[in-house]
Amino acid sequence: MLDQVPAAELQHVGKQTRRIDALEKITGDATYVSDMILPGMLYARVKTSPHARARIAYIDTAAAESMPGVRAVIIGKDLDLKLGLYVVDKDVLAREEVRHFGEAVAAVAADTLEIAQKAVEAIHVEYEELEPVLHPKDAIQEGAPLVHRDLGSYSYMEAAFTPQPGTNIANHTRLRKGDVEQGFAESHWIIEREYTNPSVQHVPMETHVAIVQWGRGDNVDIWSSAQSPFTLRNLFALTFQLPHRNVRVQVPYIGGGFGGKAGIGIEPLVALLSKRAGGRPVKLTATREEEFSLLPCRSQLTYNIKTGVSQDGKILAQEMTMYWDSGAYADYAVNVTRASGYSAGGPYEIPNAKVDAYTIYTNKPFGTAYRGFGHVEFFWGLERHMDLVAIAIGMDPVMFRLNNILKPGAQTLTGEEITAHTGDIETCIRTAAEKIGYGSLTADEQAHEQQTGRKIGKSVVALHKAPAMPPFTATAVILKMNEDGTVTANISLTDYGQGTYTAVAQMIAERLRMPMERVKIAFACDTDRDPYDWQTVASKGLLMSGNAAILAADDLLKNAYGDAGQVLRANVVDLDHDGEGIFIRHRPEQRVTFRQLAIGYAYPNGNGIGGPLVGVGRYIAQGLSHLDKETGQGNPALDWTFGSHGMIVSVDPETGEYDVLKVTSVFDAGRVINPDAFKGQAIGGMMQGLGTATVEGYIYDRKGHLLNPSFTDNKIPTSRDLPLEVEAIGVECPQLDGPYGARGIAEHSMISVAAALGNAIQHATGAQLTHMPVRYEDVWRALNRKEPVDNWITRSPFGSCKSNPNIGKYHCD
Amino acid sequence: MRSVTFTLNGQPYQREVPDYKTLLHYLREDLGYTGTKEGCGAGECGACTVILNGKAVNSCLVLAAEIDGAAIETVEGEARADGSLTILQDAFDKHHAVQCGYCTGGMLMSAKDLLRRNAQPNRQEVIEGIEGNFCRCTGYEQIIEAILDAADSGAADEIARRDKEDTHA
Repeated sequence: MLDQVPAAELQHVGKQTRRIDALEKITGDATYVSDMILPGMLYARVKTSPHARARIAYIDTAAAESMPGVRAVIIGKDLDLKLGLYVVDKDVLAREEVRHFGEAVAAVAADTLEIAQKAVEAIHVEYEELEPVLHPKDAIQEGAPLVHRDLGSYSYMEAAFTPQPGTNIANHTRLRKGDVEQGFAESHWIIEREYTNPSVQHVPMETHVAIVQWGRGDNVDIWSSAQSPFTLRNLFALTFQLPHRNVRVQVPYIGGGFGGKAGIGIEPLVALLSKRAGGRPVKLTATREEEFSLLPCRSQLTYNIKTGVSQDGKILAQEMTMYWDSGAYADYAVNVTRASGYSAGGPYEIPNAKVDAYTIYTNKPFGTAYRGFGHVEFFWGLERHMDLVAIAIGMDPVMFRLNNILKPGAQTLTGEEITAHTGDIETCIRTAAEKIGYGSLTADEQAHEQQTGRKIGKSVVALHKAPAMPPFTATAVILKMNEDGTVTANISLTDYGQGTYTAVAQMIAERLRMPMERVKIAFACDTDRDPYDWQTVASKGLLMSGNAAILAADDLLKNAYGDAGQVLRANVVDLDHDGEGIFIRHRPEQRVTFRQLAIGYAYPNGNGIGGPLVGVGRYIAQGLSHLDKETGQGNPALDWTFGSHGMIVSVDPETGEYDVLKVTSVFDAGRVINPDAFKGQAIGGMMQGLGTATVEGYIYDRKGHLLNPSFTDNKIPTSRDLPLEVEAIGVECPQLDGPYGARGIAEHSMISVAAALGNAIQHATGAQLTHMPVRYEDVWRALNRKEPVDNWITRSPFGSCKSNPNIGKYHCD
Repeated sequence: MRSVTFTLNGQPYQREVPDYKTLLHYLREDLGYTGTKEGCGAGECGACTVILNGKAVNSCLVLAAEIDGAAIETVEGEARADGSLTILQDAFDKHHAVQCGYCTGGMLMSAKDLLRRNAQPNRQEVIEGIEGNFCRCTGYEQIIEAILDAADSGAADEIARRDKEDTHA
């Protein structure tokens, strides 16, 4: 909506605007749940499993319970509550069996954190260790240990998922388009390869934290660093079989999320402690170590791609098989599998396609949503593959991409038709290529090569993603005018840093024609006071809440115009407004101010009309459908955001050391609502993508112990890791149903960054990398064709650093 | 317990502090100064950075019992009582150097410490000045731009001027 309004007519949308939450954050005033201390509050600590898979023989809590100051001790045996977003498979505390390293087996609430810690240490757990299953490809072998023997008895969302009892398969997403066998038969080349990446941590700077008070009458108050207050409330109410009205979730400022705080986490456990402690509020703050192993991570992926290409470089057929490592519980991983399954081919037209995507249980910390929702992982393989295919068939990789991109009239994997308004992937790719000087080296770059002995490589990659969400996903915004003519919006989409609230405020200011200072978005979310929003995930917030905010502003104006028409004795169609009030267009001196209308208009004699001005905006995704379970055909995409990264790297061909010299990121944002926020999302996500690409990853030993749950051993990028030059460019091909034509870009910035790195290194040196992260030693190994040293899971057959330089053997011509 | 006297953002304190408590937890839980955050508790992430006797430190690695006679600066001491921001804070605002805000207090302390030592840092010096502070949201670029802009706008002079005022006060 409002997608065709020219930029010149806009006062706020598209203009440089400061963040509405900056002041609180740069002064230290912003309060996060981790800062909160409630009267009478107890502190919780958790006892976690040192084993990946073990039977719990017995737990002795007597010593802990007798400690002064200990108010509650709980163990799994006493509980009969199962949790789960899509497959209800997780005990609040492990009962007979622990299924991953770091899983909670007991919990304590005490007067102080120190007492709670001592009590947890005093709990004695006797385990009988069992052989864990650690790699998804091992887990689908006949006779593999079952992570969930009772899978057949679990409830699950039947419209979308397919758990297979008696196996470790939590879900199998199938997609069938055209005739893939025929496509391969007609292909001039067929090229197949496998790509892998390990699990990684989101690393929000604020770890998961919740305070829960189980009050009298089963009224439960939850304060949580959670992305999605209503989904948290819904799952909590369902788990405990409480009326939704009994459960109140409040979310103040959040110290980052990146998907890891999307669903329900530690809240049920904390609630049980509060209940056991007689209703006192209990706070649990995850330690950084617990953030790595008690709480979920991003799933490991093994992605096999087989591509058939015609003589003129058109993709004719593609067979894609994904093995998603869910870890011990299905959580979001089953939906990551589904969403990745239907976009597995990237922004390319593939007439004949076959996708089989499996979510597989293993005895490792479980996978969940993480910025990109699977796309960061599979685009590593896909965009590496696009380069490998291009090189194998003797075509320039950028030309090969442009030869196959989704253009108007093309069909996506699910059969959705691309239109002129879907987005412009071609301009994204061409812009990225131009900005890095793709295809040649400048004089400076040649001098750099000569002076350093290094080689410069340049790459351009593409990406796309649509929000992964139920087809009927909905949100609402309530806008209230205050006595002085300022407005306050209630919204339960959360803003954990991405800047959506500022963008939404800009849109409201635009519609009301008010200065930004008069628009407030209430920051703390509260399910008792705010209207519903499904979840803050999937890069759908700007589009959906933006639309709802515009509709709320228009609704408020409609009410205000109605009242003003009476006051001014004018026909509503002859009215107009500015930031101060409403006037008659042909007699602009006749006006009534918003201040006069805000809480109802009062005539001089005291008679009143109207009432407090409010506006309600409701928005629900339109025209989307469930996907057919056999063929994957249907309409899942609210919108597609296309993008591209161009990257320049300098690589030492002797040692494999490299530096990223430049990254240009280009996204078709439809309309850039806030240029600085756009830049922050683009560069912030790109850097998170570089972390994934260069260094981050979970390392396990053969027994499934996580070896690096700390910042000492699991690095994330610091300021020193920023490429020498970074830039973000917005392409603006408006989304017809986006607010002012806008689309989300929050996840997209992280997608395909790793492949850009792998491709640029290959262009520089010939090193063929199929596993990320790409560490210096991996480049060295690939250059020297040594066997990989697999330290991701020791002795696992499918690990990191595998590099098969002999692409020729895959040729079939 | 140990008896300590110290100043926090120029205000004098005389308190009994527990032997085991870190400065970070003491500031946050006992004094209510929650602008300083805990990100790891192990001196890795820099979210807890405060300035102790003129040097940026990880307050999770300092015991409250060690602060006798010390001058401590935290993010809460930056903006004036009337709410007006420092040049450095204003530059963070202007450049969107803030997303979730959790690293911001510590980041501002490291930036202030840098500008005290080096009034006109170049880009590389800014990068080194904040290398101990993780930011997972911004990718650092806009933080670096903000600090460079603040330096060009006289942030170091302002810090020196306010240091002088505090000494005279």
